[in-house]
Amino acid sequence: MSEGNGAVSLEEVRHVADLANLELTAEELPRMARDLNAILGHIAQLNELDTSAVEPMAQVGQALGLKPAEAGETLRVDAVRASVDRGAVMAEAPESDGRFFKVPKVIER
Amino acid sequence: MVEMGKSSLERLSLAEARAAVVEGRVSAAALAEEHYERIALVDPEIHSYLALTRERAMAQAERVDAAVKAGGPLGPLAGVPVGIKDVLTVKGVATTAGSKILEGYKPPYDATAVARLEAAGAVVLGKLNCDEFAMGSSNENSAYGPVKNPRALDRVPGGSSGGSAAAVAAGLCVASLGTDTGGSIRQPAAFCGVVGVLPTYGRVSRYGLIAFASSLDRVGPFARSVEDAAVMLEVLAGPDAMDATCSHETVAGYAAETKKDVAGLRIGVPEEYFGEGLNAEIREAIEKALDGLRAAGCSIHKVSLRHTRYAVPTYYVIATAEASSNLSRFDGVRFGLRSEDAGTLAAMYRNTRDEGFGAEVKRRILLGTYVLSAGYYDAYYKKAQQVRALLTRDFVQAFEKVDAIVAPVTPTAAFKLGEKTDDPLQMYLEDIYSVAASLAGICGMSVPCGETKAGLPIGVQVLGKHFDEATMLRVGAAVEKQMSRD
Repeated sequence: MSEGNGAVSLEEVRHVADLANLELTAEELPRMARDLNAILGHIAQLNELDTSAVEPMAQVGQALGLKPAEAGETLRVDAVRASVDRGAVMAEAPESDGRFFKVPKVIER
Repeated sequence: MVEMGKSSLERLSLAEARAAVVEGRVSAAALAEEHYERIALVDPEIHSYLALTRERAMAQAERVDAAVKAGGPLGPLAGVPVGIKDVLTVKGVATTAGSKILEGYKPPYDATAVARLEAAGAVVLGKLNCDEFAMGSSNENSAYGPVKNPRALDRVPGGSSGGSAAAVAAGLCVASLGTDTGGSIRQPAAFCGVVGVLPTYGRVSRYGLIAFASSLDRVGPFARSVEDAAVMLEVLAGPDAMDATCSHETVAGYAAETKKDVAGLRIGVPEEYFGEGLNAEIREAIEKALDGLRAAGCSIHKVSLRHTRYAVPTYYVIATAEASSNLSRFDGVRFGLRSEDAGTLAAMYRNTRDEGFGAEVKRRILLGTYVLSAGYYDAYYKKAQQVRALLTRDFVQAFEKVDAIVAPVTPTAAFKLGEKTDDPLQMYLEDIYSVAASLAGICGMSVPCGETKAGLPIGVQVLGKHFDEATMLRVGAAVEKQMSRD
C-alpha cells in the first residue's frame, strides 16, 4: 500500500462500487476517488510499524485471553422456542406474499 | 411546573425524577407530558427527536402510576423519561438509523437495552436523531437533518449520538441511550456538557442494535450526572440469551460505587493525549481536573500509550471493513426502502442502495470494500488488526501500573455546523482521543469539567480496565464533585 503514490484510479473506484453493489453518479465518482486517496494516504502510516511478529486481533476477547471453553458458556441450549412472529416480519417487506419475499426477476431470458 | 424541588426540567436528575414519582409528588404521566410540552417548544430548533412514542409512553406511565398507587414494587427507573438513539429497535415504532434506506421501517421486536429500561420502569419518549448508521462525528450525516447543540445553536452536538446528548442537555429527557463505535457517546457528551458512558465491549447486550462495526459497537447511557449514568448502566448491563457476544462478567452495584472514596487510586496520564493539536483551554481544564483528583488523594502517574497516533488509521480500516459487510443487508428485499421499476434483481439492489444511502455511508462502504478486496486484504485489513493488538497491549500494560486513565475526549470544543463537512479526513481526525479505547474494548466515559471562555462545554475522559466500570465511575464522580465545589 505504500508503493508509488498509491493513488486509486477512477476505474478502481468503479470496480469497488461494483463489488459493493453501489451505483455512483458521474459527479460522485471523482469525489469518492479524491476522498479515498486522502484517507488511504493517512492509513499508509501504519506501514511505519513492524508488525511481522504480531498476532492480528479480530475480537476484544482475544486481548482478555478468553479460552474457547469460556466463550462456549455463552451458547444457549439448543431447544425450540418461540421467535419473532413471521407475519410481523413479512409485513415489513417491500413486497411479499406473506410467506416469501418477492423480488424482481433474477434471470433475463 | 409540578413540585419537584427547585430543579427545572433541564437540571432534573434521574434520582429526583424517580423520587418525585415514587413519593407521589408527580405522576409519571404528568412528568412525561411535561417533557412532551417542552419538546414541542424547544425541539423544532434543536431537532433531537426523529419520532415520538407518545402512546407507548403514556401506557407505560400509567402502569408505573398504578404501581405507585397500589404500593407495588417499583423499578430503579420508575417514571423516568428517556430517549432512545434511533439505531436501536423499538417494536412497532419507526426505526431509521438516520437513513433513508430504513424510512418507514417498523421493527417487530424491542432491543434488549430498551426492554431492560422499560422493565425498570423507564418511560420511552421517542427516538433520537443520529448520524446515518452511526457514522459521523457531528450528526450532520443524518438523512433527516442535523441536530443543533443546545449550548450553542450554531454548533454541532457531536456525533454520532448527537440527538441523545442534545436531548439530555436541553431537558428533553432525563437520560438516554446512545451507541459508541469510535467515540459516538463520549464526544457528543463532551460537546453538549453531559455525562456519557462507554461500557466495556460485551457489557451491554446489542440485540436490536442496527450493526455498524460488530467488533466495536457498544450501547451506553447519557445522563446529567455520573450517579445517574451509573443507575442506567446497572439496569443495562449483564448477559442476554439473545446476544452471544454479551459477557457473563459480574455486574457491580455501579450507583453505590460512585459514592466511594478515590483516595489511594492511581491515575494514569498518557502524554500522547496532550500533544500538538490539543486546544489550550481543554488542556487547562483537564489539568485542573487532575489537580482535583490529586487533592482527593489520588496519585498521578505518567503512562505511555505509544501507538496512539496509529489509532485513527487503524480504526478507519477496521470499522469500514466491518461496515461494508454489515450494510450489505440493506438491499431492498426484506425491509425499508425498495427502488421502484428496477426491472432486474441486480438493478434493484443497486438503485435501492444508491437512493437509500447518504454520501458518508457510501464513502465508508467503498473504503471498507476496498481494504477487504483481493490483493489488499493483508496490506490493509490484517495490518490494521495487528496494530489493533498493539494499541490494546498499550492499555493492558498501562493498567498494570494504574487504576484509571484520565485524558481529553476531543482536541477542541464543539465546532460550527458545516465547518468540517467538506473534508472527511479532517472529520475523522476529530476522533483522535476516542478511537483507541474503542479498538481496545476498554470502558470509558466523558464527564463535564468546565467550559471554554466562549461558554462551550469541555469533557474529561476517564478510561478504565476491561469490565472495571466501577473504578472508572468512582473517578468520574470524584471529578464531578470537584467541579461542583468550584
